[in-house]
Formats: sequence, structure tokens, C-alpha cells
Amino acid sequence: MTDILFYLFAALTVGCAAMCVANPFSRNPVTSAMFLVLAIVSMSGLFVLLHAFFLAAVQILVYAGAVMVLFLFVIMLLDLKEEERRRFNRFGVAAAVLSVAALGGITLITLVSGAPDVAAPTLEGTTRPLGFALFRDYVLPFEIVSLLLLVAMIGVVLLSRKDLK
Amino acid sequence: MHVGLEHYLVVSGLLFSLGLAGVILRRNLLVLYMSLELMLNAANLALVAFSRFRNVLDGQVMVFFIITVAAAEVSVGLALIVALYRRRRTAHVEDLATLKL
Repeated sequence: MTDILFYLFAALTVGCAAMCVANPFSRNPVTSAMFLVLAIVSMSGLFVLLHAFFLAAVQILVYAGAVMVLFLFVIMLLDLKEEERRRFNRFGVAAAVLSVAALGGITLITLVSGAPDVAAPTLEGTTRPLGFALFRDYVLPFEIVSLLLLVAMIGVVLLSRKDLK
Repeated sequence: MHVGLEHYLVVSGLLFSLGLAGVILRRNLLVLYMSLELMLNAANLALVAFSRFRNVLDGQVMVFFIITVAAAEVSVGLALIVALYRRRRTAHVEDLATLKL
């Protein structure tokens, strides 16, 4: 059952990601954003299959909720109607195909050369063990990240002023 | 065939390749940014899979931090894009070649 679910969610994730990057029907950034939301939601399904329940919830809340709303706001703010024109760069296509093929080849070679033998997984990524890890072993990084968020907030306020020098 | 670590790694590699292709191929700054997010998410998936199959929780804590940093990065990046658009009236990477030699 979980195997079927894995293939379902994996196909959904990769398919939606492909539609986000290269949609043959529409060049509209809003369509890309919507497909990215779908990809992120199905990826949180993969997280649930990996027993990372807390991260699945955070993924939906932060990515599909906050980040994508921000993206859609900016897309609405910049009136991107005239961006439909296409200027395909031959060098760009060649570089993309080459790098993606190289990356896929490396992945394939690594996987063929021998699957790692792992014990039966027992880890549960629920809130309780994650909270213990965060507030016991990782307190300092946690506080630094909160400082980073403050810095990002100040930077955004400064950057979005009208008379930016 | 039972789903194991390598299945998740293949999905993660595919997602990363798709994001990389998007960054190289697309010309719209916002879609470029979305492709970057896709690459970050691929790394997240690999980290969670490793964490699950090696029975160590540290990978998930790292994903938690990556999500936070990605949120901060997105907010600053989008503010930069908006400021750029205000000044130059474009969100196309080919029109932003001032630093090109």
C-alpha cells in the first residue's frame, strides 16, 4: 500500500514540477506558481510516507501557505503581461540538456554501483522528538535563525521603500 | 520491489535536475526563483530520506532550518525583484545585462 502511495506521490511531484518549469500550454508565471504549489503539497505526502509528520505540516504551512502567497502577490504586483514572448537561446538549451544529463548520469551511476544496505527504519519524525532535538541540541542555531529572520524582515522593509537610493 | 532509500534519492535527483533546467532555460526572474525553490525542496527530500533510513533525527532538524532560511531568502529576493522592477520596468534576465563584460 505504501509502495503504491509512494509511486503516486512521486509521479505527482515530478509531473507538477515539470509543468512548473516547462509548461507546454502556458507561459504564464501564475500557472507555474500553481503547479509549484501542487508539487510542494505532493512532496509533503512523500514526507508523510517517510514518517516526517511535523515537517510535512511545516512544508504545507510555510511553503504552500506563506511563500507561494508571497510569490503570487509579487506576480500580481509586477504586471507581467508582455513577458509571453519567447527568446529561446540555443546555447541555453544545450547547456541545460548537458548539465541535466550529466547530473542524471551521476545519479544513475551512483545507484547502479550498489544500493546502500540499511537497517529497518524505526525513526518517527513527530513533534516530540523533533522538539527535544531543536531545543536541546540545536538551541544556538535556532536562536541564530530567529536573528536571521529579523535581519531579513528589516532588509525587506528597507528594500521596498519608495525612494530606494 | 520494496521502496527504499534509492527510490527517494531518484525522485530527489529528478526534482533537482528539473529545477536546474528551469534556472538555465527560463528567462522570467520569478519563474527562475521558483525553480530555485524546487532545487531546495529536492535537497530537503534527500535529507529527510537519509534521516529516515539511517535512523538519525539530525537530517530533519536540518530540513527545518533550510525551510526557515528559504523563507527569509524568498522574502529578500522578492523585495529585490520588486525594487529592480520599479527602476528598470522589467523582470526578464536578458534585459538585465548591465554587469556583463
